[in-house]
Amino acid sequence: MNNAPFSLTEPEDTAEQLLELHFRASADRLKLVRSSIFAAAAMCGFEHRTAQSIVLAIDEACQNIIVHGYGRSGEGAVILGLFRRHDGILVRLRDFAPRVDPAQIKPRALSDIRPGKLGSHFIREIMDTVEFRPAPEGRGNLLEMTKHTGEPQ
Amino acid sequence: MTKPGKQTQEPSVVRLAGSVDLEHAPDVRKMLLDAVALGRNVLVDLSAASYIDSSGIACLIEALQKARSTGSDLGLVSVSMQAMRVLELARLDMVFPIHDDIAAATANGA
Repeated sequence: MNNAPFSLTEPEDTAEQLLELHFRASADRLKLVRSSIFAAAAMCGFEHRTAQSIVLAIDEACQNIIVHGYGRSGEGAVILGLFRRHDGILVRLRDFAPRVDPAQIKPRALSDIRPGKLGSHFIREIMDTVEFRPAPEGRGNLLEMTKHTGEPQ
Repeated sequence: MTKPGKQTQEPSVVRLAGSVDLEHAPDVRKMLLDAVALGRNVLVDLSAASYIDSSGIACLIEALQKARSTGSDLGLVSVSMQAMRVLELARLDMVFPIHDDIAAATANGA
């Protein structure tokens, strides 16, 4: 696991960072992460149902890193930053896995009922913006997502 | 007289508890497929499932398709608000038979 010091806060940020979680890319860490996300979403003003949806979206993004980024190795670092903005929540998710080509991330058609490939659909359905940004130091991936209050999901 | 394909046996009931997620999906998948292999209709009781994600949904879809391919069916009972929300997001709330509880499911012929 990469334990290099790292912060998801950027100099131009006007949002308040609520927490930054550094955890191993392993499925057994996600329950702990989810509870923190729910609390942070509630602090940002989201009602229960929308907070649950935000938990799902971020959880699915973490799963993508665990499964596709690090290939279920149980190793590798993930950093999750949650920021409170005046109009909602800002999420930054950093990993050090091989670079992702966003064009290759295509949710399947929902009419095609079969197991798998639902996570990316959930993320895009729930969050207002989802964007891969250039990763600092040119390695790994940085996914940024936002959700605005006042738009129940 | 029994309609063709209609199940006459009591359904198998699988109770899922806690987080039906990436961590537990392998166990959930085995439980569901084992139940389907019995050849009876399957009811999945989600009353004690606190959380479900795409991995859990994938297990349910696979089991549903396996059940239907062998002439039986798989329904969901006592679906929590969180689970229903996930099913709605996946447009699966109209694919799975969903019942209030086990009694309602059996009354409906599950």
